[in-house]
Amino acid sequence: MHVEEKLTAETFPASPEKATLEGKNKFIGFWTFLGGETVMFASLFATFLALRDKTANGPTAEELFKMPLVFVATMLLLTSSLTSVYAMYHMKNFDFKKMQLWLGVTVLLGAGFLGLEIFEFNEYVHEGFKFSTSAFSSSFYTLVGTHGAHVTFGLLWILTLMIRNAKRGLNLYNAPKFYVASLYWHFIDVVWVFIFTVVYLMGMVG
Amino acid sequence: MEQHTNSGNPNVDLAYRRKKNAEDMKHQVISFVLMIFLTLIAFFAVGYDKFSPWFSVPFILLLAAVQVAFQLYYFMHMSHKGHEVPSVFLYAGVFVAFLTIWAFMTIVWW
Repeated sequence: MHVEEKLTAETFPASPEKATLEGKNKFIGFWTFLGGETVMFASLFATFLALRDKTANGPTAEELFKMPLVFVATMLLLTSSLTSVYAMYHMKNFDFKKMQLWLGVTVLLGAGFLGLEIFEFNEYVHEGFKFSTSAFSSSFYTLVGTHGAHVTFGLLWILTLMIRNAKRGLNLYNAPKFYVASLYWHFIDVVWVFIFTVVYLMGMVG
Repeated sequence: MEQHTNSGNPNVDLAYRRKKNAEDMKHQVISFVLMIFLTLIAFFAVGYDKFSPWFSVPFILLLAAVQVAFQLYYFMHMSHKGHEVPSVFLYAGVFVAFLTIWAFMTIVWW
């Protein structure tokens, strides 16, 4: 099938993300990248786990972390993962408008998560928990901040795709792009599951 | 990528694909509900202070692993055909991840 071909719901293939060679390459390449991302986050988690008790008389995890804020942030990000699944569901059904709508909801939820994280970091700094306060604070901000940077990049990525393709509609040129962006968004959620468990919940256990 | 046999009639194929997509979507909603449920249990296990850390820490790590499996196999479609190469890359990453964490923790703690 041709990339530029105008398609209808009837002629749209079952797996539009892998119907072209470019799509197949994007798919494989992106999963390779996710393997690398896994290793990068693992090194940040390893550093954090090794240093999380080295608070150098600064605030400890138990003093800082508040369960309600972490819980709301987790719910926002988990739900945004589901809404991006809805977007891909409509993509496979060749319903461009509904796909855009659900991607928009995903972006809003992701922005809510990011807002909470900025608020949280700001609070911590005011409580005397700066990047250079202790080995615990440096490894905490590096790990959680790298995840936050991924969220920011993911939001900009999805927004750019939505705006650039707003008038183009759905075809085999952009279907792999939307698909890969949604994989990235799910991966961000995968990392967050470990962050809320290892950093926040284990921090509150003591 | 042939997930279905072509009947030759585009409308029949479309109806079949829509039905299949709707079924996939149903599985994904079920896995979302389970993920929310696992998250609630994890937060509860930590908030409820009668559990000892020796129980709650391994327990919430297990819940996280199960939740991530749902995310990977349903939300990221790893349960679908054609994900052999992605699995190789992902599990290679997970293997290195375990080695890294294991090495760091043994070096610093012992």
